[in-house]
Amino acid sequence: MRALAARPGACLLTLLALLCAGIWAFPLYWALVTSLQPEYAVVQPGLHLLPRIWTLAGYVYVFAHTPIGRWYLNSLATSVLITLLVLGMSAACGYAISQLRFRGRRLLFGMILASFMVPIQALMITHFILMNDFGMVDRWGGIILPQLIVPVAVIVYKQFFDSIPREFREAAVVDGASEFRLFTRVYLPMNWGITTALAIITFIAAWNNFLWPFLVTSTNRAMTVTVGIVQVHDAFGVQYARNMAAAVLAALPVAVAYLIFQRRVTEAVMLSAGIKG
Amino acid sequence: MAGAQTALAMRDRRATARAEAATRRRPRQGLVALGFTAPFLLAYLVLFIYPSLRMLQLSLTNAPLIGAGHFTGLHNYFRLLRDHLFQNSVIHTGYFVLLTVIPTTLLGLGIALMVVRLRGWLQSLVLACFFLPYVLPVTVVTQIWIWMLDLQFGIGQYVLRLFDPHGIAVFQSPGWAMPMVAVVTIWWTNGFNVLLFVAGLRNIPTDMYDASALDGAGRLAQFRHITWPLVWPVTTLVLTIQLILQLKIFDQVYLLTRGGPFNSTYVLVQYIYHQAFVLNHGGYGAAVAVVLFVLIVAFSVLQYQLLRLRGVR
Repeated sequence: MRALAARPGACLLTLLALLCAGIWAFPLYWALVTSLQPEYAVVQPGLHLLPRIWTLAGYVYVFAHTPIGRWYLNSLATSVLITLLVLGMSAACGYAISQLRFRGRRLLFGMILASFMVPIQALMITHFILMNDFGMVDRWGGIILPQLIVPVAVIVYKQFFDSIPREFREAAVVDGASEFRLFTRVYLPMNWGITTALAIITFIAAWNNFLWPFLVTSTNRAMTVTVGIVQVHDAFGVQYARNMAAAVLAALPVAVAYLIFQRRVTEAVMLSAGIKG
Repeated sequence: MAGAQTALAMRDRRATARAEAATRRRPRQGLVALGFTAPFLLAYLVLFIYPSLRMLQLSLTNAPLIGAGHFTGLHNYFRLLRDHLFQNSVIHTGYFVLLTVIPTTLLGLGIALMVVRLRGWLQSLVLACFFLPYVLPVTVVTQIWIWMLDLQFGIGQYVLRLFDPHGIAVFQSPGWAMPMVAVVTIWWTNGFNVLLFVAGLRNIPTDMYDASALDGAGRLAQFRHITWPLVWPVTTLVLTIQLILQLKIFDQVYLLTRGGPFNSTYVLVQYIYHQAFVLNHGGYGAAVAVVLFVLIVAFSVLQYQLLRLRGVR
């Protein structure tokens, strides 16, 4: 009896959840739909949730009249390099802290833990001065360097390496494997899952970063897509189809990366949040 | 007596052997460890420790952004005490924190409660709808909302006309600007909270609900006596993460309102940016940055203590 009575309620709750999810995702749908319409249709009065005319004119305009290809290249290159460097440095450092005994190990670990607290925004002035000293303002290097400090990645690796049973290590040491071999052939391959997860969120974070690339780039030579599409907005005025086309293009790589690797992304977010707590 | 001496000698010998083994191993492992940690250490020292110390030093001078200045002691900090725009930016940051932190936490919990009872692909779909905005760049988010809330053509005006029949230019209205920036921020980042709450809710054993149902507990009683207390550690985690995150607000404010109208959305990080990069006051900007630095570290320590008290760590 109770189960039967509960069923309509459960159904209703499911419908409510779907409705809320639909409302939440609506701005994304609306942006996509707007980008696929001609400008005159966008500003027509009345509510048309499904457009009657479809066109790629907004996208064509963005490609033809903005250096979005260059911005894409800058975003892609800097984000990929940041990801590779962060993962390489963090995995090696995490391995040393977890597996090697050396003087200053606890100090290093403590310093990394303490650095979670520091707001990177507070360092924007001195980072800019430093990049200026290096001659890297408005260059890829200037975008990349200050984004290399990701203490969370070191801790994630350290904790994972901690959890690998000592037997693997002892067996390999008996076989005469060096630490470097042990690291690259035994420990890293055991957790490609974690490496993939960290790679995806590091890439997304680098692609999405606004404040720092905004400060350190001034011309199209190094400007990233995330910063660039705001320039489109300034140039276009109220041409919303074009604006939305540019926004969709900027969002595409990260949105696709998320949709493909959904489980990995959530896993990585949980991992780093658990540690930050 | 003799037995005790042998035992002592044995312990001594064992200790020596251990020490020998350690010295044999340590120099080699020390070098290897240096090799493994050097890249990170170098980046850490050059890109983190040095800029932090340099910021402190800079805050005691009247230097421009690029170039040398004179040592002025604590002058910049005393100036901050009398700086109205600085004080306003602190107040606005606090107002923004108030508008976002608790609402987003409650909303995250509410959505997670809806999501967690779904199964299979339906759950993935609904979760993706809530989480997708979180992975988007901030400029995409603000562009979308500027369009959604456009006074003439924005679809959001259909909702805003409930408040004012002529529609509202939200980002040009001192009363509406900050709350709308908060709404956009919550829309953008709430997926993260939902995710944490879903994980927390999944950890609650289902037999607790079964047992309480047998005892005749209703849905509301179950929530009050099982869900709420057991999900509380996650709630504190989300609250503190959000608090620290939102204190650092800049991007959305800058992109949606530029701090206006009439400085009504001017926030702390924007003040650093403005002083250093617009007015070329490197030293004064650094002093504001130090204040932010201290503020966040203080809240982080507080968070750490809170979580330790709750036994999360």
